[in-house]
Amino acid sequence: MKPVVILGSGLAGISVVRELRKLDAARPVIIVTLDDGGFYSKPNLSNALASGKSAVQLALTPREGLAAQLKAEIRPHTRVTHLLPAESAIETDGGRIEYEKLVLALGAQPLRLPIEGDGAAAVLAVNNLADYAVFRDRLEGRQRVAILGAGLIGCEFANDLRIAGIEVDVFDLAPQPLGRLLPPRAAEFFRRKLEAAGVRFHFDTSIARIDRLGDGFRLTDKQGGSHAADLVLSAVGLKPETTLAQAAGLKVGRGIVVDRRLASADFPEVFALGDCAEVGGAGGLVLPFVLPIMAAARALAKTLAGTPTDVAYPAMPVVVKTPACPTAVCPPPAGVQGAWREEPTADGVKALFEDAAGRPVGFALTGSAAAERQALGASMPAWL
Amino acid sequence: MKKYMCIVCGYVYDEVAGDPEHGIAAGTRWEDIPGSWSCPDCGVAKADFEMVAV
Repeated sequence: MKPVVILGSGLAGISVVRELRKLDAARPVIIVTLDDGGFYSKPNLSNALASGKSAVQLALTPREGLAAQLKAEIRPHTRVTHLLPAESAIETDGGRIEYEKLVLALGAQPLRLPIEGDGAAAVLAVNNLADYAVFRDRLEGRQRVAILGAGLIGCEFANDLRIAGIEVDVFDLAPQPLGRLLPPRAAEFFRRKLEAAGVRFHFDTSIARIDRLGDGFRLTDKQGGSHAADLVLSAVGLKPETTLAQAAGLKVGRGIVVDRRLASADFPEVFALGDCAEVGGAGGLVLPFVLPIMAAARALAKTLAGTPTDVAYPAMPVVVKTPACPTAVCPPPAGVQGAWREEPTADGVKALFEDAAGRPVGFALTGSAAAERQALGASMPAWL
Repeated sequence: MKKYMCIVCGYVYDEVAGDPEHGIAAGTRWEDIPGSWSCPDCGVAKADFEMVAV
């Protein structure tokens, strides 16, 4: 029997196998990964300093244990060179593998901004545990970090570094933090709380140039302002990993386009989920968060086990792990017209996004309002 | 009293401590937590937790 082959050992790939094993103990499964094949919690990379964990301590299950637990073969440090969907096979730098079903759980790559200067190449991005180990290694003994991007990951790292007593400057083109998630008053509250924790924000700007200066760097913003840092971390967003799929002729939009069964239109034995997938057909949802991955993994496991199952996405609030300002956001469904209504709470802001008929279809909760996340989340319309 | 670990993020639910911030009183047994409860750290459902030995 040919195996189910999973490309990627992140949360998406591992969760599919974990769910599949609840339904089918015998199916041969091979997981091919560029990483070392152990399991770790990616959400915890951006709050590991606060929880006192090193990169080594963040590894939850090493490869051998995971392979035994999942009854799967894991091929670590293996690069896939070609997908050959017409032949139901893939080629890797460790040989060819024929599959019965192929699951693309390839994740996303950090976007990089074009930056001038001899320090630009030293900018770090943290997208996996190995990256995080490099970050922590370089952070050793350093006092001042510059973060490019005030989105979710940038703000979580900024808060975490402050808890460890490190100076933090955060730069963003937007006029506010969490620009894609928070309406203005909630963002203002969030900004003040993080500033009170010692984060220095620089908005309406970007870093044009990074030069080496002694042991550290001198950053020049586009207005000509100069800033010093020992280490520069880029957190400006993610790009779904679509290179292999595109080269193989699979349909690709922002992500790898799959239907609600998570199957590719042209090759129904090829599936995709997680950060690399665009779910629900062309123009569908690209959701690089934990909860959509878990929902997709459960549905796909049923399909792989012989019961074709569409994925359903309820509204899934995103928790921003910034202890200085607890925050939860449930973005309104794509394409819904409406407006934010923001009201202050005891020590926070509760913002509801109301559609044209005045029904709340999304929310953003900061500070004390964040405690309403679960109750409100249950009343939001489903996403898919 | 037992402990349960979230397989996604490593959060540990300790029955002794409960999760009072989210309406789960100290001493609440795992079986008695409603299915609608989710991991306070990463949001995954109760069904995605695994038991770990105390």
